[in-house]
Amino acid sequence: MIDYESYLNTTVRDLAPSGIRKFFDLANQIEGVVSLGVGEPDFDTPWHVREAAIYALEKGKTFYTANPGLLELRKEICAYQKRKFNLDYQEDQVLVTVGGSEGIDLACRALLNPGDEVILPTPSYVAYSPAIALSGGITKYIELKEENGFKLTPEMLEAALTDRTKILLLNYPNNPTGGTMSRDDFALLVPIIKKYGLIVVSDEIYAELCYDEHFCSIASFDDIKDQVIVISGFSKAYAMTGWRLGYLLAHPTFIKAMNKVHQFVIMCANTMAQYAGIEALKNGDEGIEQMRLSYLARRNYLVEGLNRLGLKTFMPRGAFYVFPCIKSTGLTSKQFCELLLSEEKCACVPGDAFGDAGEGYVRISYAYSIEQLKEGLSRIESFLKKLDDGKVKV
Amino acid sequence: MEEKLLQLIEKQARYSVSDLAMALQESEENILETMSELERKRVICGYHTLVNWDKTNKEKVQALIQINSTPEREYGYDRVAARIARYPEVDTLYLLSGSSEFIVEVSGKTMQDVAMFVGSKLACIEGVTGTSTLFVLKKYKKAGMLLEDNEDRQERLVVTP
Repeated sequence: MIDYESYLNTTVRDLAPSGIRKFFDLANQIEGVVSLGVGEPDFDTPWHVREAAIYALEKGKTFYTANPGLLELRKEICAYQKRKFNLDYQEDQVLVTVGGSEGIDLACRALLNPGDEVILPTPSYVAYSPAIALSGGITKYIELKEENGFKLTPEMLEAALTDRTKILLLNYPNNPTGGTMSRDDFALLVPIIKKYGLIVVSDEIYAELCYDEHFCSIASFDDIKDQVIVISGFSKAYAMTGWRLGYLLAHPTFIKAMNKVHQFVIMCANTMAQYAGIEALKNGDEGIEQMRLSYLARRNYLVEGLNRLGLKTFMPRGAFYVFPCIKSTGLTSKQFCELLLSEEKCACVPGDAFGDAGEGYVRISYAYSIEQLKEGLSRIESFLKKLDDGKVKV
Repeated sequence: MEEKLLQLIEKQARYSVSDLAMALQESEENILETMSELERKRVICGYHTLVNWDKTNKEKVQALIQINSTPEREYGYDRVAARIARYPEVDTLYLLSGSSEFIVEVSGKTMQDVAMFVGSKLACIEGVTGTSTLFVLKKYKKAGMLLEDNEDRQERLVVTP
C-alpha cells in the first residue's frame, strides 16, 4: 500500500480544515434547515451589471486581458476609490484579482519569507492564517475584546510586535464580528505602524457596508499610505460573490511583485466579469445604497431580537454579521450551534471557527430577508426555552 | 424615519408594527403614529395585494384606454379626469403628454364588458373627444414584480465563510 499522505506537502497536510466546512457538511445533511449561516449577499447581482457581462460575451470579449486587468477597469477602480473613500491611486497601483481571496494569497506570497510574522487580530475570517502558513509565515494572534467593540488598540498591537513582525493584517468592517474602526481609532495605530515599518494588509471587502459612520481606510493616512496593501472587490458591495472579482491597491513595487505571482498562476481575472465590473463601478452607486439600507434595517431587527431573547449582542457597525455572546447558556460555541441545528434546524456558525477568540460567540448573518430572520429568531427562542427547561441533552 | 419606513413597507405591506419598530429602532407607538399621519396625508394610499388573476379561475380582462379630451377654461383637464375616475371599472388614470390626454386602465369580466363600458360610458363623458382601446394579452411585470419569474435562483450554500 502506498501512503499517499506521505507525498503531500507538509504545510498543506497540516492545514486544519476550516471549522465552517465541517459545520457545512453537518447542516447540509438536514432537510428544512433555516440557515443564518452564509457569508454572501442574498440580493441578485443588479441587472445592469449582469447585462454588461452578457453584452461582453456577445461582443466576443472572451480572450485574456492584460495581467493586471483591463486598463478601463483599473481606471474606474481608481475613480471609485477616490469618489467613495478619498483614496488616491493610479492605474499602475491596481491589480485585478480573482476575488478578494486571491488578493490575500498574493499579498502573503509576495511579502513573506519563511519565519516572518504576521499579526492577525481575531476573531477573523478563516482564510488569513492558511494563506500566511502557505507562504511560510507565522501568525501571531491578538484576541480582540467585545468590550472594545472588537477594535485593535495600540497597546494590543505593541504587545504583539517582535523583530520578525512584517505584516499587520486588518479586516474592518469585520467578518465575523461586524466591528469597525473609525479614523480616530486608526490614528492611534498609525505612529506604531510607521515607527516599526510594518506593512498593513487591509481587507476592505465590506467597506460599502458601514451603517453608522462613513468607512475610513487606513490607506487614507498619508504617513503610511505606501505601507498599506488594500484588498477589495465586488462580492459584498455589488452582490457579486460568484463572479470572483476583486482587486489590490498598493505601492507599484508591491503591485509588480504580486502581479508576478498572479501572471503565472492566474494569468488574468475572468474577462466578462471585468467588463461587468466596469459597469458596476460606473453606474452601481445607487444600487449599493439600496442594499445598504436593507442590511441596516435587518441588522437593527436582528440585534434587537437577539437582545430580547437574552443573548447579549454587540451592535455591529458594519458588514452583515452579528456576533452574539452565548456564554450565558453554559454551552460552547460548537455545542450551541450543533444543538441549535439538531433541535431546531437552524444553522449559525460557531464563533471558534474564526479563532479561539471567537469561543463563546456565534456568527449570525443578516444577509436574509426580515421574514427569514424572524423565523430564525423564533427557532433560537424555542431552542433557548428548551435549554432553560432542561429539555436539551448536551 | 418617514422615508425609511416607506421604503420598507413599499415592497412588503405585511410587516407588523413590532417588526417595523425593531428594524427602525423606534417605539411601536411612534411607528403607529407615523403611519397614521402618513395615511391621513395620503402619502400612504392603501395596502394592496398584487394579485395575478390570470393564475386563478376568475374571468378578468384588462385594457388600457387612450382618451382624447379637450381642456376647460379654469379647470384644465381636472373636471374631465374627476368624471372618468369616479367609475369603479377604472383602476388607474393618468394625464399624459403626447398624442392622447389620458390613459386609463380598465378591468371587466369579458372583452365585451370592457368594450361596452368604453363605448357607453367613457366615450360619452363631456369633454372626451375620442378613445382607443388596447386589450392586455399577458402581464409580465407589475409594480416592480415579475409575475413569471423564470430565473433559476441557485440556492445559496447553507453555510459559507
